[in-house]
Amino acid sequence: MTPTGYFTKGAALAAMLAGGAASAQEIRFMCYSDGNECEAAGEIIERFEAENDGVSVVIDKVPYKAILENLPVQLAAGTGPDMAKVTDLGGLSKYYLDLAPHVDRAYWEESFGPILDWYRKGPDDDGIYGLHSQLTITGPFINRTLFDQAEVEVPGPDATWDDWAEATRKVAEATETPFAMAIDRSGHRIAGPAISYGAKLFGEDGTPTLVDEGFTTFAQKFVDWNKDGTMAPDVWGAAGGTTYQDAAQEFINGELVFYYSGSWNVQRMDSSIGDAFDWEVVGSPCGPAACTGMPGGAGIVGFEQTQHPEIVAKLIDFLAEKENYADLTAKSLNIPAHAAVAAEGVTYEGASEQAAAALNAFAAQVPTVSPIAFAYQGYKNNRAMFNISLARVSQAIVGELTVEEAMARAKDDLAQALAESGE
Amino acid sequence: MLLRLISPLMNVVDLPMRALQRRLGISRLAWVFLLPNLLLFGTFAFLPILLNFAYAFTGTDNILLLDRTFVGAENFAQLLDCDSYLDPNTCARDLFWRAVHNTAWFIVMQVGFMVGFSLLTALVLNREIKARGFFRAVFFFPVLLSPVVVALVWKWVLQRNGILNAGLEAVGMDSVVWLLDRHWAFFWSVFLSVWAHMGFYTLILLAGLQAIPRDVYEAAVMDAAGPWRTFRRITLPLLMPTMLVVMVLALIKGVQTFDEIYAFTGGGPGSATTFIIQYIYETGFGGAPRLFGPAAAASLLLALLLVALTVIQLWITRRSSNG
Repeated sequence: MTPTGYFTKGAALAAMLAGGAASAQEIRFMCYSDGNECEAAGEIIERFEAENDGVSVVIDKVPYKAILENLPVQLAAGTGPDMAKVTDLGGLSKYYLDLAPHVDRAYWEESFGPILDWYRKGPDDDGIYGLHSQLTITGPFINRTLFDQAEVEVPGPDATWDDWAEATRKVAEATETPFAMAIDRSGHRIAGPAISYGAKLFGEDGTPTLVDEGFTTFAQKFVDWNKDGTMAPDVWGAAGGTTYQDAAQEFINGELVFYYSGSWNVQRMDSSIGDAFDWEVVGSPCGPAACTGMPGGAGIVGFEQTQHPEIVAKLIDFLAEKENYADLTAKSLNIPAHAAVAAEGVTYEGASEQAAAALNAFAAQVPTVSPIAFAYQGYKNNRAMFNISLARVSQAIVGELTVEEAMARAKDDLAQALAESGE
Repeated sequence: MLLRLISPLMNVVDLPMRALQRRLGISRLAWVFLLPNLLLFGTFAFLPILLNFAYAFTGTDNILLLDRTFVGAENFAQLLDCDSYLDPNTCARDLFWRAVHNTAWFIVMQVGFMVGFSLLTALVLNREIKARGFFRAVFFFPVLLSPVVVALVWKWVLQRNGILNAGLEAVGMDSVVWLLDRHWAFFWSVFLSVWAHMGFYTLILLAGLQAIPRDVYEAAVMDAAGPWRTFRRITLPLLMPTMLVVMVLALIKGVQTFDEIYAFTGGGPGSATTFIIQYIYETGFGGAPRLFGPAAAASLLLALLLVALTVIQLWITRRSSNG
């Protein structure tokens, strides 16, 4: 071959490679799993790739901590992924890609309704930003076998936190179980009980307040239960700062009668407990003001900084299609946030009878969620409020501060956080 | 042979270097050689220090500097706003002062135990004992472990159903939830830190012991000096320069304590084992609210302390090397 021939062929190859590079669109999806959500989404994404030639979606599976701590920094620095599964729905809203220009607004509003507000920047924003792939609700798991062994009646649907505390103490005593109750060490987890005790969390004008009489009343009760051993002291007492600590392993080990966590743990309970004992989900206990859990969950969002906004929007829209969404919830054992899917009911794949009953019990609690809990979940700085309540209530539990001092400090912390966030 | 291999390469470099030298002059040529190192140092050390200054004097939760607002010394004023520095409850930023108090106590206890146990171990390992090499390795082994491994191992030992409680129950004693009690949690944090780092300081002291001339000891034996008198009058004074270096190094390391205690207790119970670096990390990066300004201000205050300690260390090192 002549030098000219080499040159011509080389140029043609380079042009082909360049053309290929331009048509291949790689989407990076940062995903974390409580169970198998990333894998379940991956199966649907494979179908999307098959339907969209030249699109390649790389799922970067990361620990939850990376979503909480690394992703915000990456986004601020402009080096984030194209899309991610996030839980700080409002806190990251300034980075979201508005899907509205690329999707059928009527379908999304009909399917996801008020949950779309959780992703918006504020009341004046009507953009569509995220697919709520995992609707969760907090609530209690109980060890039914221990109740039966202790011959203690399980409190009814209107039972108060005090009723549950008394019943579980009796069960623990009769069965020599180490702990009667436990609540995950998380500000989100105590929000539901606090609202049940009358916490308003926001002022009349919508300004976040966090501490009020209702919140203080629950905080005092919770501190007392930790001190008298009703609550497993290791969960809140043995950690510091804003460290998350659950009590799932204690419940799985049969060392705990009543475990206040949430619907995302159903799959774990189902697979870990097996037939070791009977467990079930009961409604959130009542306080004087309500019997509410906290809604929450995770959603899949695209980011404004992506180089492929249309493909990202198309992919999220594809995941939001009724059949795909139903498939995703059925495989990942989650409560659907999609109205039509929820109305038709979900046949959970591979779930035991117990797990399906637990998921349905959690789903049944969604309509009873307090509007305050809904507003709290949608508030963009709720993470700050969760962390402040977590750190300060912990200090009261271990005796570093009295409850009154802890509440006063929480107020100051909130004022500083709001000032820093420019609110 | 090697020279023959590299000489063509040298010729390739030689030509442009000569040209450069002619153009810049020999004194400026040094900068050309220093440039790569200066670039690396500037990018990864000097620039972050400058950025830290900028963050310390600005506010808002924006991470991009251009989006932040200048607040002057407000972040420092908030951190230092206390009725009494001895009582964190009287401070506007009580958690910062709790961390400062915890760090101060930790340093006092950790350095004391560290130097004491390291000296004791070095003295034993300096004697003609059986399997001396093995024991030297055993004491040094924890230094090689990752801080997270150290933390997890001790967490498993000390947890409610851990090995220590199993042992206590086996001998008929009540189990203790070690990490739930603030005093025990603090004690075990000091213990863990000493256990993990003692080997390093033992090694330094061992080298110091071996550098003491044998004839001094022989003279002491001839003068009928007992072991305690020999230790007090010969070993300790001659080892003092090394011990001072060990003390200052342990002090600096103590101030910087973070990873192993964070993995061990998470700073709890409450804030009982929250030290200054954890405070800075949690304030700036541990989740919402991300208060970069106060975190940067706290890290500058810490830097001042570390600079002071380093100056002391340099002074001691120079003094001891000058005899």
